This record gives sequence, C-alpha cells and structure tokens, in this order.
Amino acid sequence: MQGSRWASSWIAFATIVTSVAACRGEHAPMAMAATGSAPPASAGAEAPGAPPPGSWPLPGRNAQGWRYSPLAQITADNVKNLQVAWTFSTGTARGFEGQPLVVDSTMYVVSPYPNHVFALDLTKTGGPVKWHYLPTTAPASQGEACCDVVNRGASYADGKIVFNRLDNHTVALDAKTGKVVWDTKLDSIEEGSTMTMAPLIAGNVVLVGNSGAELGVKGWAAGLDLGTGAVLWRAYSTGPDSVVKIGADFRPYYPQYKGKDLGVSTWPPDQWKLGGGTVWGWITYDPELNLIYYGTANPGVWNPDMRPGDNLWSAGVFARDPKTGDAHWAYQFTPHDSWDYDGVNENIPVDLTIDGQARKVIVHFDRNGFAYTIDRATGQVVVAQPYQSLNWATGVDPQTGKPVRVPSKETHQGVNTTDICPSSTGARDQQPAAFSPRTGLFYTPSTDLCMDYKGLKASYIAGTPYLGADVRMYAGPGGWNGRGQVIAWNAATGKRVWAITERFPVWSGPVVTGSDVLFYGTMDGWFKAVSARTGQELWKFKVGSGIVGNPMTYQGPDGKQYVAVYSGIGGWLGAIALGLSASDPTAALGATGAMPDLPKYTAPGGMLYVFALP
Amino acid sequence: MTWIAIRLATALGVAAFAAAASNGTPSPARARALRVCADPNNMPFSDSAGHGFENRIASLIARDLHEPVQYTWWAQRRGFVRNTLSAERCDVVIGIIAGDEQLSTTTPYYRSTYVFVTRRSSRLRLASMDDPRLHHVRIGIHVIGDDYNSLPPGVALAGRGIVQNVVGYSIYGNYAQESPPSTLISAVAHGKVDVAIAWGPLAGYYAARSRVPLDVSPVTNAMAGHGIPFSYAIAMGVRKGDSTLRGSLERELHTRRDAIRRILQEYRVPLVSDDGGAEPQARANVEHAAPAVAPHTASGGTP
Repeated sequence: MQGSRWASSWIAFATIVTSVAACRGEHAPMAMAATGSAPPASAGAEAPGAPPPGSWPLPGRNAQGWRYSPLAQITADNVKNLQVAWTFSTGTARGFEGQPLVVDSTMYVVSPYPNHVFALDLTKTGGPVKWHYLPTTAPASQGEACCDVVNRGASYADGKIVFNRLDNHTVALDAKTGKVVWDTKLDSIEEGSTMTMAPLIAGNVVLVGNSGAELGVKGWAAGLDLGTGAVLWRAYSTGPDSVVKIGADFRPYYPQYKGKDLGVSTWPPDQWKLGGGTVWGWITYDPELNLIYYGTANPGVWNPDMRPGDNLWSAGVFARDPKTGDAHWAYQFTPHDSWDYDGVNENIPVDLTIDGQARKVIVHFDRNGFAYTIDRATGQVVVAQPYQSLNWATGVDPQTGKPVRVPSKETHQGVNTTDICPSSTGARDQQPAAFSPRTGLFYTPSTDLCMDYKGLKASYIAGTPYLGADVRMYAGPGGWNGRGQVIAWNAATGKRVWAITERFPVWSGPVVTGSDVLFYGTMDGWFKAVSARTGQELWKFKVGSGIVGNPMTYQGPDGKQYVAVYSGIGGWLGAIALGLSASDPTAALGATGAMPDLPKYTAPGGMLYVFALP
Repeated sequence: MTWIAIRLATALGVAAFAAAASNGTPSPARARALRVCADPNNMPFSDSAGHGFENRIASLIARDLHEPVQYTWWAQRRGFVRNTLSAERCDVVIGIIAGDEQLSTTTPYYRSTYVFVTRRSSRLRLASMDDPRLHHVRIGIHVIGDDYNSLPPGVALAGRGIVQNVVGYSIYGNYAQESPPSTLISAVAHGKVDVAIAWGPLAGYYAARSRVPLDVSPVTNAMAGHGIPFSYAIAMGVRKGDSTLRGSLERELHTRRDAIRRILQEYRVPLVSDDGGAEPQARANVEHAAPAVAPHTASGGTP
C-alpha cells in the first residue's frame, strides 16, 4: 500500500499542475513551488519484491518497471561534479536501445544486431571484460527488422542472463561464465518475425514477445521456463479465444470485450490472420496480484478500410497469469487503429490515492497521446488525459472506455488527411517512463510530431507493384525546436506537473533516484541530470552519439553510486543519422521528414558511458 | 532449401564466378560485369538458379555488352533498393516501376496489369472491378504488413466496400518456400478462393503451370472512380546519375525488344498497351492456359 504512505505528496502537487497547452513551446521547465513539497518520511518505499538497492537485475530495475533506484549519493547539490568514470565500446554502430544490468559486481550489456553480450567486471578498474558471448544471429534477420536492428536488453534471475536474438532465439547464459544454459527458437525470420524486446522474468517464467507487424506477422507473447527454456504457453493477440488464451479467468471491465472469439469477430473473415498485435514493448509484473501486463501493437493490414471493426486485441493491453498465460482482462487503447498507434508501451503497476480512494492501478503512456491510469485488477479506466498534443480524438469516455474520435483525422488509403497529431511515431514510442515513490510522479519522454497522410505512390515489392501512402511527419505545436519533451505527470489527476522541452523527440527512458535526481539522454547526444521535483537542469554531458537508450544507476563494489547510459543513435526516428537519405522525407515510414537536422548533431556510435562523482 | 541455405549457396556461387571471371579477363579495364541485384526466390521474375525472366533478360543484355552477369541476391522487400543499388552492391535492377523515385529508370520495356485468376470450371470470366459478383465470390488478394502500404486490388475492393469476402495472402509469405507470393494462385486452383486478383506476371506464369485449368483475364476498369492504377510500366533501374549505364541499357532494350518480348511471352506475362488495353498477342496468350511451360523451368514442381 504505497499509496497511503505518500498520498500527502499528491496534495502538494495538486496545486501546481499545469495544463498541456500551457506547457507547449516552453523551452525551460515550468516553474513550480518546490518548497514545502518534501515528501513525508515514510514516502519513497520500494515496490514489493524490489531487488537489492544497489543492483539493477531487470530492464526497469524492479518487475514493475519503475526505473527508480533508492541510491542517493548523487544529489541535486553534487551532481554538477559528475564525471566520466569509464567507457566501453561494443563495436556496433546501430540504434543502442535498452539499458545495462548490474548484478553481483558485474555489468551485463547486450548490443544491437548481432547481439553481442558482454559481462564487465566492476570489481576492477575500468570494467574489463569478464566474458563475451557472440551468438550466431542470422544475418538475414537484419532485412526483416522494421526499425533498425535494435535490442532492448536482458533480464537476470537465478544466475542466468536472458536476452532475445534478432532472429527469434531467446537465450539464457550462465551469468558467471557466459556459457549457454538454454537456447529456444520461438519464431521464423522467413515469415517476417524478429525479436527486439527485453525479456522480463517473473518468478520462474521468462516472458517474451515478437516484432514484425510491418511484414504481416501475427503478434504473440510467450512464457518460458526459466530453468529449461521450455515454452510453457504462447498467447496470440488475434484469433479465437483458444489461441488468445481467453478462458474462464477472463473478466474484462467493459462490455465490448465480453463475448466469444472477439479476436475473430471484430474483423472481416480471416483478416485476423493477417498480422498485427505484436508484442515488442516492455512487459511488467505485479507480484501482489500475480499478473503480468503488456501492450499489443497496431492491427494489420495497413489499410483500415480493409478491416472494418474494432480489430481486437490489437492496440491494447492484456493482464495475464505469468505461469499459465491465461488472460484476466484486456483493454483496447485504440480500437480500429488507423494511425499506427501501437499499444506496446509499458504498463507500470503502482498504488495511488485517487479521489480519496486507494487504487491499485497501472499507468500507461500510449502512442496515441493519452496517458491512462487503469485499475490493474479489473481493467477499468480511472483517468485518461492527453499528455502530449493530439487531435485524433477529443477524449476518452470513462463510462465506455472508448476514445471519442474525430472523423476528419481518420486515415483512408487514397484519401488525403492532413495535420494528424500525434504522428505515427506516437506521442511516445517504446522508451519507457520512470516512477518515483518519493515524488509520486511519473516521468515520461515524449515526441511532439504531427503528420500528413496523402496520396498513393506506386513502388515495387517482391515483383509486385504496391501503393504506399505518402506520409510526411513534421514538428507539432511545440515547433521545430521543441519536437520532444520530458514530462512529469500526475497519474492520479491526469495532469502535467512540469515539462522540459528538447529540440529532438526524447527517445530515452529516464531513471529517477532516491535523491530526486532524474537522468535522461537526448537524440543529439546530451546526457542530462535534472531535478525530479522541478525539472531544473542540474548537469549535462555531451556523449559521442545520440542517446536512444535508457540510463540506469547502481552501486559499485567500492560503495560508490554510478550512472550508466548507452550512446548510439538509431531506431526508427534516429535512422536518418545512420545514413538513410535525408532527401526523401517519406523514408523510414515518413520519419526522416521530421528529423532532417539530426545528422548535423550526431553520427553513429555504440558506446557505454559510466559516470561517478570524483 | 531454406532462405539462408539459398543465400549461402549463391554467395559461394558468386564468389566462384567472380574468381573465374577475373582469371579469364585479359585486362583490368574489361574486368567489368553487369552487376545485377535480384531476389533469389521470386519466380517468375528471378531466382538464384537463373530461371526467372529477369535472369534471362539480364543474360541477354550482358552477352551483348560482353560482360558476365554478377548477382547480388537480396529479397525484394522494403529497403531493397537502399540496401542493394544505393549501397553500391550492384548497378542495375532488372524490374522496377518506371519512374520510381528511389532510382533512375530506363524507358519501360513492358507494361502489365493486375488480372483475375479463376478456375476454368467456375465459368466466372470476370473482367470488371464493378462486376456485382465480386460482392459474393470469395476473393484472394496479396497483402503487405502494416507499414502504410497496400496493393491496388485491396484498395480498390475496400473502396467499393468489398471486405467481408476477401482473403489476404501475405506478399512476403514464408520465404523458406519457393516464390511465396505464388500461394495466392494455388489457392484458386485448390478452391480456397474463387478468384484471385494478382499482378499479371506472377499470375500468368503460375496459372499456366497449374494442373487445375485456370483462366487469366486482365482487370479492365480498375481506375473507374477510385484513381487507382491497375496497369504499370516496368523498366530497369540504375543509381541516380548513372546515365552511362542507363544509356547502354536503353540501347539494348531498343535493339533487343523483340527478343525480350519473346521471353516475356514464354513466361506468359500478360502484356497491355500504354492505354491499359490488352495487347492482341497478350490476350491470345493469357486465354491460352498452357498445361506446361518452358524446359528451363523444370527444376522442381510448384504447389
């Protein structure tokens, strides 16, 4: 019951929230009354099942994905002295997403394709290599990945480092030796599937999912036995209840999710077989309710007019039993998606006090621009408010759970639709938010881009002409110097508390510490520390290549607090810096048009940076 | 044979061929080759065994230029031009939409069309996208993933509200199998769908090889009311600015137009004139569903 312990801090913040519109275009953090908002002594409690304070064993440190560390040596006062302690180059120069892990004086790094895994010895100066594992990842998998050959990291449990190869292998390595404990192939690149997400380990189960909706693959999540790698269950995101694993335990909150085989009947016949609903984001786990939460990607095929209906269970969230995979509830963020608003972003379990009531919720910042606070036991939407510019809907009706759509912003292939916000890259992509139990706030990166969806341009694929929409993305209301923001969010009220504006979309998921310092990186290569209470910038350092990874913090064997982050531009929006033609504004699914100036600020790299106080 | 096995085999083949070519050439100036990027598993266009009509056309032109053909194999998916021609792994793509902005295209050397493929026994004989029977028969089409792209038949059908009786087949399919898109044509033969609306060259070739007699007829009025072209001119593509190669290719396409035309006819490519009408010989061709096909394609059956 964290909620009741720090509920009082909400009251302090309630008075200083600012509207989305007011934040827009600001280049400095919103001023706020920091004085008097110190948390009560009991605030700052870690989530149930939290790992040892100095460690970082899972992608979001705890299974809930808070990206919070209680470490507090680096403070708002001394962070200005932070300096590089050591660095490490992976030899790859593609989008370096994800984050390192630290367990038992060892740091674990997974690189983009070909998915090198390095164990670095933190007991020795400069973090020398303890072991290095280079898998035989199939080169052809590079041709299947939609949005750069990224990898979002590993999970640690029971002496094993578990990660996904781009070519659909989930591999467990002995954390001490780097030797393969098991290697399970889960899907086929020949059929378009790849794996880029970071596994999550919940108890004895390794949870993974696939990527590749662009190539028409069907999305699935799976649970593997941590000891053997055996597939315990696999649940598809579309199709009959038997393959979606909807059974006796399924009790969704809203009526539109009740009924038999909705993963078939909310599509034209057979269309559910054509893909979509991949599971490439972050999975989270709540040990209290023993449920995992994960989002599903947008529906396939692209042309929305070819698939009338809600297209369940795409662009939504599932709550499932981690051991059996049985669904407990589901909710769809974007029914009948026509904008590429994947629902894969993380769902962070927290306990909040909302309207005086203690609520067990998940908080989810969707690509569609709404931030959702959802009862994590029932799937009821408690709060849903825009956290970034959007115009495809006017709101979310809490009675029905459905967005109130704006018909003029719906896309239809062959029909010009302009000024759609957010763009297909979303008000945020996968880069995850952080939650501080001390401030009670969420900290989410975000993107402020809009798009035009026009015309039909003929091209050629597999010996066949096809028609591509001419998608052009451009700066949203925040302007070209404000294409990204870091937003502090009150999930109980659905309001911004402060926001920091960045030139480029922020594609780095922050970490927040026990001393209320927030770290994040920018695509133009600045690694920054700001106050988690006010957003005031405290320190920054220019790394070699743009940051699309997520910083983390740990305590070294010497007792000191360190902060680590990957530097390596890439990913979907960062692809332009990898040499994709800037002369074609529709390249990378229209994303390069939004980022023409990125190559002036950064170039490819693949480095780990570790910082410490002198 | 898996894709990886195909790629490995062909990579070794290319290396061996390149070594042989360099040994046999008298001077460094003639160490050139016609460097072609092609899909190793995309019949009837190309495959790594050289069975496709694009392979044949490449060989024809290379012979005239006194150069060997040197292939870089790459699946023709999104990023094909970026990863091959633009990355300077090769100098020419044999088949591409005329005017594709990613590269510089030659004068088109053929124009084909989307066609209806039906079982002859069904007597459907479809010709128009506005045929009311399209609301009732089971229609198979190719679909892409969810990357903002569609094939013309899907867009035209959706524009007419025809979605409930449409079955999509991935244009990518399972790349471990031969010519993944050809699954759509076998779906007609096997009765899984009543009609396929497919790109002509693929449909013409696989319909001719089908044991179940199939009819192939051009879609005649796709444009009506929806502005979606159904016939496309196909050209060769070179890197932007490579006007020397483009010039010599255009000369070849002109002088060898009859031979190229014969190759296309041999592969049952439905040919249409620039106004979209079926060319006389093409009409005769597509209406004659030959039971067998040229001897060079005898490398294993198709589904």
